Amino acid sequence: MIDLIFAQTLNGLASASSLFLVACGLSIIFGVTRIVNFAHGSFYMLGAYLAFTLVTRFGPADVFGFWGGVLVAALIVAALGAIVEIVILRRIYQAPELFQLLATFGLVLMVQDIALGIWGPEDKLGPRAPGFKSFVVLMGSRFPTYELFLIVVGPIMLGLLWFLFQKTRWGTLVRAATQDREMVGALGVNQRLLFTSVFAFGAGLAALGGALQLPREAVNLHMDLSMISEAFVVVVVGGLGSVTGAYLAAVLIGIIHAFGILVFPKITLVLVFLVMAVVLVIKPYGLMGERPVGSAHAHGPVEPLLLPASFNIKLIGLAALAVLLLAPFVVADHWLLTLTELSIFALFAASLHFMMGPGGMASFGHAAYFGLGAYGAALAVKWLGMPMLPALAFAPFLAGIAGFVFGWFCVRLSGVYLAMLTLAFAQIAWATAFQWVDVTGGDNGILGIWPAPWASSKLVYYYLALAICVAAILALRVVIFAPFGYALRAGRDSPLRAEAIGLPVMRIQWIAFIIAAFAAGIAGALFAFFKGSVFPTYMAIPRSVDGLLMVLLGGVQTVSGPIVGAFAFMGLQEQLVKATMYWRFVLGASIVLLVILFPRGLVGTALAFAERRREAEPAPPVTAAPELAR
Amino acid sequence: MTPVLEVRNLGKSFGGVRAVDDVSFSVEAGKLLALIGPNGAGKTTCFNMLNGQLPSDRGEVIFDGRTITGLKPREVWRLGVGRTFQITATFASMSVRENVQMALISHAGETWTLFGRAKDRHVAEADALLKQVGMLDQAERACGVLAYGDLKRVELAVAIANKPKLLLMDEPTAGMAPRERIALMALTAEIARERGIAVLFTEHDMDVVFAHSDAILVLDRGKLIAKGRAEEVRNDPAVRAVYLGSGATSGGH
Repeated sequence: MIDLIFAQTLNGLASASSLFLVACGLSIIFGVTRIVNFAHGSFYMLGAYLAFTLVTRFGPADVFGFWGGVLVAALIVAALGAIVEIVILRRIYQAPELFQLLATFGLVLMVQDIALGIWGPEDKLGPRAPGFKSFVVLMGSRFPTYELFLIVVGPIMLGLLWFLFQKTRWGTLVRAATQDREMVGALGVNQRLLFTSVFAFGAGLAALGGALQLPREAVNLHMDLSMISEAFVVVVVGGLGSVTGAYLAAVLIGIIHAFGILVFPKITLVLVFLVMAVVLVIKPYGLMGERPVGSAHAHGPVEPLLLPASFNIKLIGLAALAVLLLAPFVVADHWLLTLTELSIFALFAASLHFMMGPGGMASFGHAAYFGLGAYGAALAVKWLGMPMLPALAFAPFLAGIAGFVFGWFCVRLSGVYLAMLTLAFAQIAWATAFQWVDVTGGDNGILGIWPAPWASSKLVYYYLALAICVAAILALRVVIFAPFGYALRAGRDSPLRAEAIGLPVMRIQWIAFIIAAFAAGIAGALFAFFKGSVFPTYMAIPRSVDGLLMVLLGGVQTVSGPIVGAFAFMGLQEQLVKATMYWRFVLGASIVLLVILFPRGLVGTALAFAERRREAEPAPPVTAAPELAR
Repeated sequence: MTPVLEVRNLGKSFGGVRAVDDVSFSVEAGKLLALIGPNGAGKTTCFNMLNGQLPSDRGEVIFDGRTITGLKPREVWRLGVGRTFQITATFASMSVRENVQMALISHAGETWTLFGRAKDRHVAEADALLKQVGMLDQAERACGVLAYGDLKRVELAVAIANKPKLLLMDEPTAGMAPRERIALMALTAEIARERGIAVLFTEHDMDVVFAHSDAILVLDRGKLIAKGRAEEVRNDPAVRAVYLGSGATSGGH
């Protein structure tokens, strides 16, 4: 028993090293540039792929060939990071946090297709490292020497980084910028150079982490997202911006993984995210993190007034609804499927917008509630033998209950921490669906979830879905303009003032969270009957990001934005999938371009444009503030 | 006449520093009580304990005959305590009128209402409040774009929306032009007398303090070193020592 514990501890420590390198880079980049770099996993993946190519070319058996390949791969990715920073990120530092995130996710998509184009879809098995090919026997179990090497790499890198940040001028600047970057700028430091070098350095660390994994596991196209979610966990558990915290968290997560496989093989993923949730509830800013200075709304434009739809907008809305109602009589049959899907995703986007816009709570994991709605419907049909309508009514409650539980934790945090906790909960939901095979069917999903006979035609189901989605979206809209919606916005704008006028901000946000989860559950349930099956991918990160994209594309400050965004995004994606095999690349590039061109989203930009035109007209001058002499 | 607010032996330490040390005083309805003292004297700490923003270590706060020590800010507000902040806190995405409506909605217990437009609620009442603070002509403007002096007046309207018996104002005139300061406090005094609201405010501007307070408390290093009417405090040797004879008439910081 003791030797097993020993072996698993070593395993955990070995896997912690790469995780640490990636998370550390992510953490430093966030600290200095305040950008949550979703593309960090992509740098990790590129590092691994490049190392594979270079090592194979330089000669894997040769010591210089192998280690040279690993280092050159890291350097190339660092250079790529510098280019990305100069070409893309530099233009969007002033944009709201979420738009930056969006742009980096655009990069994720681009890199995925670049890697697919260059290296193909097959897994690449790397060579073993020269000099570390053998085993040693430790306490009775065989242990690869490369694992031991990795265990040592972690603390060595920690020491080097410590030296770099404490003893060099560059490191001091990075630490200073992490604490107060305006002040560093005011002191005459070349910020552009600092930001570029930090980004390149972080990217290089991630790539090194990827390259070092080469002898351990096969290089594949899914490395990016699986690594980024774990790196998020490590950074958040360790505390944003803290290198030591990142190491401690990486070790903690690595060891939990290793032991989780022994003790609870079915719920290892759940275990990791549970630990994160527990840490965040006890220490909301991570093990070594500190409360961030300034509010979440520190930059980005001031929120505009939320006005009810003008007559013209209402007219446009009604016209759009009429088009949707009449469409089946005009368009070809297969278009009905597209329109059904669009309606469902419009509701999904609207539900996410409800908590993101008025609630100010950005969710990276909204797909969880969509997926739980879908699974709720599927489980109700499969295990409870419910017909379609009762199942549709039952399913959102499963999502709502999840929102009730997860939301309780999430509303205790704000900003990036809240977003990452939502991601963690979504991964728990995903892992449960994926690993609890007896109930959910695991990877194979649940099949045969078909609509009732009366609704089985494409036409009837389209109208059913449209009716439910329109009703739900309108209901969300009513709530936004009702006192509750105002109270929610009040809590977002100024929690201090909201509490001082008797508003229980946390409880309001919690209720909003539950409402958003419930509405996403409705969309998920409709989707389950639409597709006839449910799979864990319904809850996976890409689906959550789809939702974010729709909301942000449309514009988070406007109520109609998410619907426009859903149509724009789904339309774009559908056309791209048809047009090219590399649709991800084109989609990613369009996202990056859109963020650079329209930092307020489509509808937000249109509104700002209309506003500017109105102001250009000769308006009565705003009266100067009158003196108080009364 | 029983005081609206009575503070008994209030105390708070941060580490080894006694930020507020054994402070007792009371405020009566319709009166303006100024709390002054040099930077770091414990004014804001004292304030934050009064409305529950900060838990106190020792002592008791009695409002309207009932102990409110340990209550949350929103519970204190429900009992009838309004508050303004040193740095104005308003809802930037709402119009001036909506800010006041929000307070009225909360006061009416309609926060959880999911139907019906918030915009249409308590309009007349909100406009009456805005008229009183001279902001009615800007009711439709967004709070995010207002001048600072105007924001302060919006905050005042929000703070008196729940018909409070006590108004706590932390540096109400900070960041305003000198003429605006006197005007704002004149307005506050008028409202306080008219509605019988007890006002406790902290202030750095001595012109404001001497012109508009019925009584003055002087705090230094957490301790109450003097209290009384303007002339008494002005001539108090302990107060003079703290201020080194300066600042008493200049109105500067």
